Amino acid sequence: MNHLVQYIYGIADNALILGQRLGELCGHGPSLETDIALTNISLDLFGQTRSYYQYAAKLKGGDATEDTVAFLRSEREYINVLLVEQPNTNFAYSIARQFLFDAFHLLLLEELQNSNDKTLAAIAKKSIKEVRYHLRFSSDWIKRLGDGTPESHQKIQEAIADLWVYTNELFEQTDADKAMVAQGTGADVTLLRDAYYTQVSQILEEATIAVPNPEYFQKGGKQGIHSEHMGYLLADMQYMQRAYPNMSW
Amino acid sequence: MQSGLRHPTKNEQKYQSIAKRLQSRRRVQSEACQKMTETKTHIDPKLTAILQSVSDPEIPVLSIMDMGVVRSAEMQDGIAQVIITPTYSGCPAMDVIGDDIKKAFSEKGIPVQVELVLSPAWTTDWITPAGRQALEKYGIAAPLEAEADKEALLGDKKLVKCPQCGSMNTKMISQFGSTACKAFFQCQDCKEPFDYFKCLK
Repeated sequence: MNHLVQYIYGIADNALILGQRLGELCGHGPSLETDIALTNISLDLFGQTRSYYQYAAKLKGGDATEDTVAFLRSEREYINVLLVEQPNTNFAYSIARQFLFDAFHLLLLEELQNSNDKTLAAIAKKSIKEVRYHLRFSSDWIKRLGDGTPESHQKIQEAIADLWVYTNELFEQTDADKAMVAQGTGADVTLLRDAYYTQVSQILEEATIAVPNPEYFQKGGKQGIHSEHMGYLLADMQYMQRAYPNMSW
Repeated sequence: MQSGLRHPTKNEQKYQSIAKRLQSRRRVQSEACQKMTETKTHIDPKLTAILQSVSDPEIPVLSIMDMGVVRSAEMQDGIAQVIITPTYSGCPAMDVIGDDIKKAFSEKGIPVQVELVLSPAWTTDWITPAGRQALEKYGIAAPLEAEADKEALLGDKKLVKCPQCGSMNTKMISQFGSTACKAFFQCQDCKEPFDYFKCLK
């Protein structure tokens, strides 16, 4: 499989699956404002996903379109990180997942905008402006929940501790990643690790949340080996295209 | 993995590199703005009126020209080539804007092709003074400068003027409003809620 296409999937699948998770909260957010905010972030992520998939479909050629890429792959073919597929257990989990991803996302895009691939650089430059707002929103909520009531503190502490084991995978490289980094097209995620943990820890400390120090980390998503939550998510997301092939609005 | 935490010198180096990167990004952006100004001159004056008649479907008083989303419009072999750029990646208005441009040109009997480009990325700086006025008149507070925007959205500072009564005594309700490009505010004097168009740079 073409390394560039695979590299694009590696970035775009994160945005798609996280966007889908956030979309589940449409009409179900804990308050009107957070509901609107999270679904607006979802919309930004879908917009970015479309730009990436349109490009990937063009590279693939044949009958591929952004929709076939988004909706007609099997679970093993999605290579998003495990973090983004984790469920909306409660609001603290949704915010913790968002924060842990946003901090990485911004660092990644800041590198990707220097890509020698003009399309990827353009998408990154466009997305940075949006993701900066996402990180601002999620960091703000981390602080509010962490430094809020005893109950909010306990819940966000639990969510951060549970999701922390998925953070290390963000800095794992696939073969496609390595090939694209060598070519000057991809961003080297291994170089982002220190900056990531420093920034994230600073915000957590400000929010009076203890920085977890787990004995092990989980990984697998980038190789297509997902958690048990992924199948349910895809069943929901792909239902219309599977039941009514080629349907459109 | 967290070794960076315990070595301040490494951090300092990193912050310097981040600061450098920020500077270079600003330079890239200002170059992008200049490029935009150049591109703007590429709008064929004969096509301006038609494009001016197309409005943002979510803010009907605002023409796409005043919004700054039209990057170029030229006649090539009898076909109008219009290039637009999205405000936000997921903006649902872009598809409608594309369709509305086609409709406006076909009503004048001019064949048209619309292309969407992402680079250089749109910024609220491209909203024209007339566009800002139209926003305010419609009840949407126009974007502040980047620093003030950050303070208004995070620091609880009263910097956003109520478009209804003009009072500065306003309060942010939500960082995201009716669309991704806006935040939701309320005036503490006239009590009216309103949208604030966020600064995007």
